Amino acid sequence: MRTSGLATFTLGGVHPPGRKAPAAGLAIEPMPLVSRYLVSLVQHCGAPAAPLVKKGDRVAEGQRIGAVDKGLGAHVHSPVTGTVAGLARAFHPVLGPVPAVAIERDPEAAPAAWTPRDWEHLTSAELLAVVREAGIVGMGGAGFPTHVKLSPPPELSVDTLILNGAECESYLAADHRLMLERAPGVVQGARVLLAILGVPRCVIGVENNKKDAVEALHQAVSEAGEGGRVRVQPLAVKYPQGSEKQLIEAVTGRRVPAGGLPAHVGCVVQNVGTAFAAYEAAALGKPCYERVLTVAGRGVGRPANLLCKVGVCLMDIADHLGGVGEDAVKCVLGGPMMGFAVPGLEAVVGKTTSGVLFLDAWESPDAPYGPCIRCGRCLEACPMGLSPNEMSIYAERRKYEGTPRFGLWECFECGSCAFVCPAKRPLVQFIRASKARLKSGGCKL
Amino acid sequence: MSGRLWKVGVAPHVRDGATVAGIMWTVFAVLLPQLFLSAYLFGPRVLALAGVGVGTAVLAEAAMQRFLGKPLSLTDGSAALTGLLLVYVLPPGVSLALPFWGSLFAICLGKQLFGGLGFNFFNPALIARAFLAVGFPVAMTTTWIMPELPAFLAGPDAVASATPLALLKHSGVAAYLAQYGGLHGAWASFLGFKPGSVGETSPLLLTLGGLYLLWRRIISWHIPVAMIASTALLAWVFGPEGLCTGEPLAHVLSGGLILGAFFMATDYVTSPSQPLAKLVFGAGCGALTMLIRLKGGYPEGVCYAILLMNCVSPVLEDWVRPRRFAPPLKKD
Repeated sequence: MRTSGLATFTLGGVHPPGRKAPAAGLAIEPMPLVSRYLVSLVQHCGAPAAPLVKKGDRVAEGQRIGAVDKGLGAHVHSPVTGTVAGLARAFHPVLGPVPAVAIERDPEAAPAAWTPRDWEHLTSAELLAVVREAGIVGMGGAGFPTHVKLSPPPELSVDTLILNGAECESYLAADHRLMLERAPGVVQGARVLLAILGVPRCVIGVENNKKDAVEALHQAVSEAGEGGRVRVQPLAVKYPQGSEKQLIEAVTGRRVPAGGLPAHVGCVVQNVGTAFAAYEAAALGKPCYERVLTVAGRGVGRPANLLCKVGVCLMDIADHLGGVGEDAVKCVLGGPMMGFAVPGLEAVVGKTTSGVLFLDAWESPDAPYGPCIRCGRCLEACPMGLSPNEMSIYAERRKYEGTPRFGLWECFECGSCAFVCPAKRPLVQFIRASKARLKSGGCKL
Repeated sequence: MSGRLWKVGVAPHVRDGATVAGIMWTVFAVLLPQLFLSAYLFGPRVLALAGVGVGTAVLAEAAMQRFLGKPLSLTDGSAALTGLLLVYVLPPGVSLALPFWGSLFAICLGKQLFGGLGFNFFNPALIARAFLAVGFPVAMTTTWIMPELPAFLAGPDAVASATPLALLKHSGVAAYLAQYGGLHGAWASFLGFKPGSVGETSPLLLTLGGLYLLWRRIISWHIPVAMIASTALLAWVFGPEGLCTGEPLAHVLSGGLILGAFFMATDYVTSPSQPLAKLVFGAGCGALTMLIRLKGGYPEGVCYAILLMNCVSPVLEDWVRPRRFAPPLKKD
């Protein structure tokens, strides 16, 4: 692999077409307000948030409307001031229909004003509570509740916070623009997270196709006087650099053991967007209800990086950006390597929506798949050193029990194998089917 | 627009441009220069052999897929490539019946009955050659054609029409060197002006083709290098006059070694995928080749060497698995 001497992970990896050019050069613009918001109560890993409002209730922008008080989860807040139109269902790309709150925006209401406040005196526990109250989740796409990630098991000692600015997925430029245009906020977010974790250093890993963002972060770090604690680390461009385990290795050389947590090698990883949300929560008291996302692909009128509130439906976004072209065949939430294709534009933006891609048939070709020719390309591409070819052959024959010895449970479904497969085999699909079957069969091996 | 149907489907939503058909037809194409040279050396009948071999292979694949109720996959080029490779391991003077029966055997028994592309144990072209060697022993060992050498390559004694390896085995080193030993002889052998199977005569053209496949990353260096190196080493060590007196170049440039090393032993389906296993596989192919050439009854051993190593390939594949990212968490 060409790495041009920059830090990167060692095993496998691929080079999907970047296709970042249109969006990477576009400044973040606000998505105009719409009349109706459908706010999903499942924008995180874990149980749905319990609704705190009912039909007819008046809600204010930033007011908590869903709560998770027990177990894994994150609170949900209203993106606008308005009236609850009812409890409804929103489409979740993995779970299908999930509980949601529909809100009619009050067109008269003024936008919420968040006044800066001093957070420096707050203790680690107080700041952690702020993050939890703000409903912050991992904004790279996984949606793992941030306050949980910031509370590693006490028996493990953490020495490094890593901010993930790799943004290795094609098309996406949301993190790029955030780091470029809101670099001071990202660095302040790093300071908040460092204060919570009580660790001595933070490394911001950024793939080197975003040189201007690296530069902006450098400047923000020195302006904040944090040169001693916060380091910006340019990384080689290689997918899946933004995967947690791969990023940790790229930045620290440490490898998280199979079945282990980043904290087992002394690390906590947070997305740069998450850090920015932590900054807004701590310094402005603003909960997490909007984010930057990239809209791109040849199937949409124009590409954009939108500052978009949660609950906006994809149809509204498409309409705002000049509509969906005749040729668009697929709508993907997230990046093209790991994102989810949605069946309809009723789907809504959530805290984890890093991109909305409208792809035409050239960008996302439909290829019938053939038998495995054992070329071994997937073995070279796999960043975990697994054998996707073997797993796919077992799964194709419905012999799911044969898959774990080839690494089924270590697979995080980055799609590198399927990307390179010349037979176009849906390797991720086979792997997911194996996991689902073995889990439901109760025979996790 | 709300009634519009969007394609769903599991990620990744972008795919690399490489296809099975692209790989197969690329290999097919880089083999063609040798075919044209052979047509020049041995006459246009070589093209007829290739036509029958490729045509039969493609038709046999279609018939078997229809018979077995599988989707047709003729455009992927794998059957055509098998047909071409089969013709490449035939002597140029055989009748047109041989590529017909050979391709039929290669596709029907060697490939489709094992489950089709990806599931055959043996390299189909080579297992068919083994079949033909049993079924048509005379044709497969005597129908060599001595090409007419261009003036600049003509040596003094260029008369024997046996293959270089047959000469080496049956008439000894002196007879071999008389024809292929001098500068003229070595050049003739390297460029491809010598008797031999249809597709094996020119180490130059075959190596260029192999290097192209390496550059395109269609094959990796491990198997060809290990196979050629082990052949050369053993040829040198176990020489006719005692240890370390052999003629490694004679064994590398003659016979099917270069064809086998770049185009047969590297067959994805029948060779292992991991570098270490590939090195063992290639070295085994070379060692068995030399065992057969030096101690066996045949002058040439590449075909059987690769077929025997094909049997070992699943074991090698299972023995060398990719290195995992990290060992499991130690529970204490």
